[in-house]
Amino acid sequence: MSASDDHPAAVAALTAHPNGGPAVGHLRSADMLRIASIGLRTRRVRAALSALGIAIGVAAIVAVLGLSASSSANLLTEISRLGTNLLEVTNGQTLFGQTAELPEAAPAMIRRIGPVESVASTGSTSASVYRSRLIPAINTNGLSVDAASTGLPGVVGSHVIAGSYLNAATETEPVAVLGWQAAQLLGIDRIYPGERIWLGGTWFYVAGILSAATLAPEIDSSVLVGFTAAERYLGFDGHPTTIYLRAQNNAVNAVHNVLAATADPETPSNVDVSNPSAALQARADAQSALNGLFLGLGAVSLLVGAVGVANIMVISVLERRSEIGLRRALGATRGHIRAQFLSEAVLLSLVGGAVGIGLGVIATAIYASAKHEPVVIPASAWAGGLGAAIAIGAIAGLLPALRAARLSPTDALRTV
Amino acid sequence: MTAGPVLELDAVTKRYPAQPPVIALDEVSFEVARGELVAIVGPSGSGKSTLLHVMGTLDRPSEGTVRISGFDVSQLNDRELAGLRATEIGFIFQQFFLAEHASALENVGDGLLYTGAPAAVRHAAAAEALDSVGLAQRARFRPPQLSGGERQRVAIARALVGHPAIILADEPTGNLDSATGKTILDLLDELNRAGATILVITHDHEIADRMPRQVELRDGRIVADSGVAPSGQMMRAAREPLVR
Repeated sequence: MSASDDHPAAVAALTAHPNGGPAVGHLRSADMLRIASIGLRTRRVRAALSALGIAIGVAAIVAVLGLSASSSANLLTEISRLGTNLLEVTNGQTLFGQTAELPEAAPAMIRRIGPVESVASTGSTSASVYRSRLIPAINTNGLSVDAASTGLPGVVGSHVIAGSYLNAATETEPVAVLGWQAAQLLGIDRIYPGERIWLGGTWFYVAGILSAATLAPEIDSSVLVGFTAAERYLGFDGHPTTIYLRAQNNAVNAVHNVLAATADPETPSNVDVSNPSAALQARADAQSALNGLFLGLGAVSLLVGAVGVANIMVISVLERRSEIGLRRALGATRGHIRAQFLSEAVLLSLVGGAVGIGLGVIATAIYASAKHEPVVIPASAWAGGLGAAIAIGAIAGLLPALRAARLSPTDALRTV
Repeated sequence: MTAGPVLELDAVTKRYPAQPPVIALDEVSFEVARGELVAIVGPSGSGKSTLLHVMGTLDRPSEGTVRISGFDVSQLNDRELAGLRATEIGFIFQQFFLAEHASALENVGDGLLYTGAPAAVRHAAAAEALDSVGLAQRARFRPPQLSGGERQRVAIARALVGHPAIILADEPTGNLDSATGKTILDLLDELNRAGATILVITHDHEIADRMPRQVELRDGRIVADSGVAPSGQMMRAAREPLVR
């Protein structure tokens, strides 16, 4: 076409108008990406500051979701390590609202249920425990004294971290084993021969300390003595208050259903049956619900970031009037101008979003590794963060881009 | 394309809505043939800028017909007009309008940006165009590193890189001292002799008098037109390649 004939390559890229009209302006996508990044490359500080709002918002969202996923994952690992087949039978309340009693024979009855693998029980006593005789009686530290059967640690998933647990011999004597929290509160961190505590008006020898029992946290703050010893020295009536049992994994529900009637055939309604690992599971889920607040804060930050991006784009369009005019003179359509500024806004938010994801992952990694939890970033967190950034860029950039495209080329070229 | 005029204006009127309406162009008619070097001269307020915008398809006339390379501008939509500007029209502005962050080569290459030409083609054409304005050595320089005259040369190279049918220059020497301005006018002269059709808008009669043809504009009307130079001469010039 005319003078362009000696430059066929440049013209070949243009598609001729179907009706014999002039070629229609065309811009390659690679070039669009390049000109969309002009604003970012030439005004770096401004771009960085306006992307910061988005970055903070996305970082907050990713970190909140990452932290909760990491700690849930940790809890779930813990649960599966401890097993989900532990069931707990406790004395409930009678019809009249009084504390019910479990029959003395209940543990033995439960042991006879086919799929039950092991049973242990505790019974609460009214005794108090002190480090020595000199401690005032009111300083109980909130510790309880419980009678405990000899198989307890194995059933609840705890183990002895110092000394040894009650056995057939010590079970009848004034010998106590401390839950890990009880040991801390009494100021005992190791076991040596002849160590005693003042328990229910008698000296009891300390045999061992248990590790934390995640599935039965009530044991942590207990001082455990043998059933026989409790009856002999503490006036304990022999009725268990909590029975722990392990059922076969595939029969947990079946066992659960018959436990109340087995434990107390006369008044099964007085018996409470629970699955502690299910409660932990619920806690893991409930943790995510708490995140709503922080996610809300992240969303507010994103909103502020969006306003920042929109603001910067409006200013950018005002400042770059002559560039817009020049581009129109060089053959850019309104669509090209609109796409340029829209892409610039999206690119700006995308940079913010990517930085935010990086920050969120780093925050999660630091926090999780400090708590020895696995680092888990749910796909929904980073994909959602990136998606939110793109959407925000598009929304925030839309109005400025439309304004830029509407600007008449003659106005744009008029120098101020 | 047949050998018709590159630019035709027929009774072009541009009115701006106001009380009373401002008539910026009043039934302006003239033609520019291929290979011409024309000066449109007039005092400020005579409608020069409006004429430039209308000729450059950046603005539409209120009445009358504008034809570029035979295309009636009133029949084209925004996208087609943009395509026309990308391929058929080159602009040179008083303020250069160069991208400061980009090299001279990239600035010139941007003249082909909206034709959809691949980057390699744009680079080759830009290098050629820079060479034709005598700036081959400055291809990697950015505008702030160039003198005013060199910047305008870059802008001229950008206007001619796509070998447009017509180059519209709006006060091309307005921001330059007279010595530098003279070299720019010499360059336009040289490019015209190599075949480019160039229309220079100026308020300066001294500049206009250097051009083979002068069209004088006053209060939106053409008051004098020195007329078309012998056409055979120009047609021969047009067949020679623009850039050697």
